[in-house]
Amino acid sequence: MEQFEFSYPARRKVPKRSHVGVVGSGDLEVLLEPLEGSTASVCVRTSAGGFQKIWKAVLDRFFSRYDGAARVEINDAGATPGVVLLRLEQAVEASEK
Amino acid sequence: MSEPIFSREYLKRRSFIELSARDRAKCLFDSQTGRELAGPFDRIESPWLPLQNIVPQADDGCVVMKGIIGGQQAVVIAIAGAFQGGSIGEVSGAKFSSALDLACLDNEKGVRTNAVLLLETGGVRLQEANLGLAAVAEIISSIISLRKFAPVISVTAGTVGCFGGMALAAGVSSYVVMTREARLGLNGPEVIEQESGLEEFDASDRSLVWSITGGRQRYNQGLADVLVDDDAEQIAQTVRHFIARGIPTVHRSEQVDRYRSRVAALDTSRQWSPEELYAWANHKRKEQP
Repeated sequence: MEQFEFSYPARRKVPKRSHVGVVGSGDLEVLLEPLEGSTASVCVRTSAGGFQKIWKAVLDRFFSRYDGAARVEINDAGATPGVVLLRLEQAVEASEK
Repeated sequence: MSEPIFSREYLKRRSFIELSARDRAKCLFDSQTGRELAGPFDRIESPWLPLQNIVPQADDGCVVMKGIIGGQQAVVIAIAGAFQGGSIGEVSGAKFSSALDLACLDNEKGVRTNAVLLLETGGVRLQEANLGLAAVAEIISSIISLRKFAPVISVTAGTVGCFGGMALAAGVSSYVVMTREARLGLNGPEVIEQESGLEEFDASDRSLVWSITGGRQRYNQGLADVLVDDDAEQIAQTVRHFIARGIPTVHRSEQVDRYRSRVAALDTSRQWSPEELYAWANHKRKEQP
């Protein structure tokens, strides 16, 4: 298991928290909670070792479009970048509803 | 063998198996009355998995929801089969048995509270060995305490199935609901193959595995009370039906002589095909309903 922390600038409040996904093979769970201030912080725990650069690239891309101030926790069981992005978008959608 | 079903009605149904544990639990309650207790944001996760370099899940794979089913109070406990094979660890087990114990307390106070267990589990979580075993023992004892007051309904829908100590939990519950896709058994197929050899049970033969441990065979053997389709509405209706029916006169696990005599009557000196076993159990069921 590897653990990383990332942070990104944010510009707006997030309406509510959301939880999506499951820590099952090839999948992940995302917990998204509103945060005070103007940053988004991300904590990743992943079962697949050696992919820190790819996580950074995936999250950089996601946060180039997402500007909510949130604490995001990811528990990953070897999801591909595509699945990670879909789950993140699903978490955002649920938090805006 | 029955003909495969490709009817329009079947395709239109809402699959229960495809739902997450949380959504399975949610869809059983009357008009969205279910609310989650000790959910993922309470972060009661396993302290043991990260120590073994395994990523934990925020709810430890156990969803507990309280609400109204069929007009009565009910607690639904759903195991997420996708997380660590739905295994029971210290935390998920404690959530499970505490929810049942709280239901028991409510019943003692005169508030009838039913329990529904959605079991997709391989049993004890091996990484939490003794704590997991203790948790399963507590769950079984909590079910036995609760079933005196209100029915405990176990649903195993598939496709993980219900094995190990949690098959005992299903065994002591008041009613067992299965789909054809579900499986129920004490030892999983891999364990039987490993212990007794390939000639005894070929765990890679999925058709064989399902035809022995699957819902159709288990229902016919009297180990499940009803066989349902993989249909969320049909399963919710079945749960409401058993809640309305209440506590059974005699629980399955109290009928020791009945089931022991069946096991004794089976000639285990030779291999039985799934069809032979089905016909034999069917005959027994008619002879001794």
